[in-house]
Amino acid sequence: MNPSVILALLTRYVLLYTRNPVRLFELFFWPIVQLLMWGFVTGYLQQQGDGDFSKTISFLIGAIILWDALFRSQQGVAISFLEDVWTRNLLNVFAAPVRMTEYLAATFSVGFLRVIITSLVLALIAWTGYAFNLFQFQGWLIPYYANLMIFGWSLGILSTAMVLRWGHGAESLAWAIPFMVQPVAAVFYPVSSLPAWLQPIALALPPSHVFEGMRAAVAGKDALWSPMITAFSLNLVYLAAAGAVFALTMRSARRKGLLVKVTSS
Amino acid sequence: MPAPLLEVTNLAKSFGTFTAVKSVTFNVNPGEVVGLLGVNGAGKTTLLSMILGLITPDSGSIRVFGMDLAKQRLAILKRTNFCTTYASLPSNLKVKHNLRIFARLYGVKNPSRKVDELLELLEITRLADSITGRLSAGESTRVNLAKAILNDPDLLMLDEPTASLDPDIADKVRKLVRRVQHDRSPAILYTSHNMRDIEEVCDRVLFLHQGSILAQGTPAEIVDHFQEADLENVFIKVARSGEVVTP
Ligand SMILES: Nc1ncnc2c1ncn2[C@@H]1O[C@H](COP(=O)(O)OP(=O)(O)OP(=O)(O)O)[C@@H](O)[C@H]1O
Ligand SMILES: [Mg+2]
Repeated sequence: MNPSVILALLTRYVLLYTRNPVRLFELFFWPIVQLLMWGFVTGYLQQQGDGDFSKTISFLIGAIILWDALFRSQQGVAISFLEDVWTRNLLNVFAAPVRMTEYLAATFSVGFLRVIITSLVLALIAWTGYAFNLFQFQGWLIPYYANLMIFGWSLGILSTAMVLRWGHGAESLAWAIPFMVQPVAAVFYPVSSLPAWLQPIALALPPSHVFEGMRAAVAGKDALWSPMITAFSLNLVYLAAAGAVFALTMRSARRKGLLVKVTSS
Repeated sequence: MPAPLLEVTNLAKSFGTFTAVKSVTFNVNPGEVVGLLGVNGAGKTTLLSMILGLITPDSGSIRVFGMDLAKQRLAILKRTNFCTTYASLPSNLKVKHNLRIFARLYGVKNPSRKVDELLELLEITRLADSITGRLSAGESTRVNLAKAILNDPDLLMLDEPTASLDPDIADKVRKLVRRVQHDRSPAILYTSHNMRDIEEVCDRVLFLHQGSILAQGTPAEIVDHFQEADLENVFIKVARSGEVVTP
């Protein structure tokens, strides 16, 4: 891999964001809306009931912020690719001396930057609005974020492969993929609350282990390394599988002439 | 005779049951300008895409600079470039940014200086700060040409560079291609539906029809071969009759 190629591709994506304020807006709009909405909902529930909802609020806010990391990272990969499709630039890039790994690494970096920026903004809002301190997780934030981000990359690669294979028709799928995973990834509720038959599936997904860990920490339990290691091992498997799917899709796209076609349609 | 720079041997490509290119063989020598002529759907773009590694052939081989494209794609692409109506530079960035980014992708030393130099050569320095997507067809063709010569390619592929240009700009683009050819002497593969392009720019013409090479030679030889008044008439004759004539 040639770092200067990756940096050149990354420059392009960063220029896109800085040139267009609407893109920056898109970066913050949804997570902020979600934070506000769930904050108000739990606030309302707290007024209605007589139980202590403070833990519930923390669970939810923590989940929203961490989920956003997975989502942003997936979008960083998928949107960067779509950007090249939309602007009919794919041909130029793929006929330049750019390795697929360099291309993917650039999109990963876009995901990484998006995650860092939105997380900081969300952490600030959660802290001022709900007295939720994201940094209460201290060093554990690193395995949390790393695992969620890597899983986001894998989903992003899969989304990219789908657009490559099915063209513009698959674009909406590229947006939807994270939300197909969300219900079984134990984001807002523990794995144990899922139907028994879904639980093994949940446990096979890296984010479940992160969200379980986060809830345990909020509940004041001791944080454990083993779930993080499980998540990381699973992530390696998913990333390798997504990479293989992408390589195969690329090969078949070259055979079917789709690289020329997806851009010109 | 120098060793050929591009050797295409028995190249074939089908999409499903449709054969777009069937058993095409030709060479291009260093510094030679070869025109690809043929009706819509003759297989010109498919052929160029295969040489760029964007489409995998079903059979046959492509060797560029003495290397096998199937094995050394990256090394070949470093010394190759192209410009096509089917792609454009990212519409939402400034011209100079787009060009600098591609200069870096091609490993050009001192990208900013190279870009300034090319903008001047193509007489589009004033467009450096324009948003790429807002350029007129003629302007964006010249920007795409600038991208295509960023790395001083030894093999340059131009797919319909004069499509949708007015006669004045088309003439300028032809002159530019000849100038680039004169100054840097890359081998050029050039497709066009404009016979004037072919006559003015190309040393040799490959006449592609239904995926096969129907005739090849200098523009004058092709005209002679078909016993027509000029290339335009040859083109119309072939398009209408679909006859398969072997040279
Ligand atoms: N990816 C693809 N899948 C299916 N058919 C394709 C594909 N790409 C090209 N074709 C078909 O192959 C034939 C050759 O196409 P090609 O684009 O190479 O023609 P061309 O000579 O460049 O034509 P034009 O002068 O119109 O640009 C056409 O009939 C086209 O429909
Ligand atoms: Mg074409």
